[in-house]
Amino acid sequence: MLLEVDGLCVNYGHIEAIRDISFGVEEGTVTSLIGANGAGKSTTLKTISGLRKVRAGTITFDGKDITHARPFERVLMGISQSPEGRGCFPGMTVLENLDMGAFVRKDRKSAAYRSDLDRVFDLFPRLKERERQAAGSMSGGEQQMLAIGRALMAKPRLLLLDEPSMGLAPKLIQQIFTIVTEINQQGTTVLLVEQNAAQALKRSDNAHILETGEIVRSGTGHELAGDDSVKAAYLGGDL
Amino acid sequence: MDLGALFGNFNNFLDFTVGGLVIGAIYALVALGYTMVYGVLQLINFAHSEVFMYGTFAVAWTFVLLHGTGDASWSLGRAVPILLVALVAAMLMSAAIALLVERFAYRPLINKNAPKLIALISAIGASFALAEAMGLRDRFAKWFGLDDNLANYVAPNKARDVYSNPVSIQPHGLFHIGGYSVTDVDLVVVVAALVMMFALDIFVRRTKFGRGIRAVAQDPEAAALMGVNSTRVVQVTFLVGGLMAGAAATLYMMKIGSTRQNAGFLLGVKAFTAAVMGGIGNLRGALLGGLLLGVMENWGSAVFGSEWKDVVAFVLLVLILLVRPSGLLGEALGKARA
Repeated sequence: MLLEVDGLCVNYGHIEAIRDISFGVEEGTVTSLIGANGAGKSTTLKTISGLRKVRAGTITFDGKDITHARPFERVLMGISQSPEGRGCFPGMTVLENLDMGAFVRKDRKSAAYRSDLDRVFDLFPRLKERERQAAGSMSGGEQQMLAIGRALMAKPRLLLLDEPSMGLAPKLIQQIFTIVTEINQQGTTVLLVEQNAAQALKRSDNAHILETGEIVRSGTGHELAGDDSVKAAYLGGDL
Repeated sequence: MDLGALFGNFNNFLDFTVGGLVIGAIYALVALGYTMVYGVLQLINFAHSEVFMYGTFAVAWTFVLLHGTGDASWSLGRAVPILLVALVAAMLMSAAIALLVERFAYRPLINKNAPKLIALISAIGASFALAEAMGLRDRFAKWFGLDDNLANYVAPNKARDVYSNPVSIQPHGLFHIGGYSVTDVDLVVVVAALVMMFALDIFVRRTKFGRGIRAVAQDPEAAALMGVNSTRVVQVTFLVGGLMAGAAATLYMMKIGSTRQNAGFLLGVKAFTAAVMGGIGNLRGALLGGLLLGVMENWGSAVFGSEWKDVVAFVLLVLILLVRPSGLLGEALGKARA
């Protein structure tokens, strides 16, 4: 397992945001966390990145206990996140934002860096057109592309994507999910949080369904997508 | 009111203006410390005035150490060797105080996610504590039985009085702008301040670490996700603010020549005003605000009399904020595209 979450509990004040969650992410796979708003999906990702304090339980990455590691230390180990709500730096240009993504890399002057940048621009040609534009002046969809591109620039071993399809036009949603598959095929392990369950399950090796802070179902993407109760609750009956 | 005193004679006008620019350059250097910390933490570091004040003492102590206590009057050229040592000493002293403030007055609160208001109170407390520690330095020395050995530095029983640099630096006119004779001291103050600010601007905009500072200023959580060590960014922010304040303290002592334990207060308030006027969080705003404030208060003292100087400065602040609440150049470190 590349990532192992065991018995994780996180509180916001007195409120339990997630309760006794355990799951693993195998290297080279796409794993999804599916659930309604407020189920604790984003909190789980934030906790894996170190932005939320753990009340109980452990997080292990590549065999090392990172439960109490600081956020930047986790980035150095190879965990990169494209946060919900995008989190682009509004006062920086597209190029500067992408460069921030590569903040922990030592090879920022090299050809490898340049080719990673080109890969992001291949995936999102719109970003290339706007490379000198301030991120704060771009549309929501463009900022979403930027956030994903920026997370890729870190060359992570584990990419955490928080609602990458949120607020995007249907055509772009298709494109984003195609890109997720592409990134995965190029060797990056992906942990995906999505409300768009149909798309996420189709692309995932494994998936877990969260309800009010607990995992209620787990299985392969294919199994869950075919399950009647999952269909009824999350897929609007059609898949 | 006597507008003629300012505008009646062009040479007088230049005199007040250039004089204002010189003191304004010092305000601007101190303002950078307020503005950088605010940009990164959205927090006013009220202890920054003491960071400056400790620097002024470091300058005077360096002269006592290397020259002795005998009163002397030197040209700038003769004072340069000691001044350079004093500059290093003041920058180290101010940086050390700034880092202490960060470590003990802020970091424990930040780590506990305390409200910003609590950190503000902590800053005011640190400010009083540091100023009083300087004013009581003779007592502290006495506890350790060092008041005799260190008498020249701690000024037994006079620790709260004005403490002067034994060497007063006599300015020499270099050239004239209109009828105003620009002195070597004026020139060094303005050029040194501009060079420091230029270097800081490059550091924040062009270096990788500077980009990390801007990232934390714009979105601390996203910056953490990029692998920026926010504790280190905050430390460096305080450190850089301290270095600038130490340089400002050296220039201030060149120009003014004496200090005391509360010398930071009014200068700190002025520098804070300059930062707010220019747009707090904005580095170039600090420069503009500092120079503008220096010039305006000099013009104000020409027109209304010197006792009205501070009134003019603060009325100006109120007026600017009424028209542009976020300051002349707008708020935020790097939010306006750098």
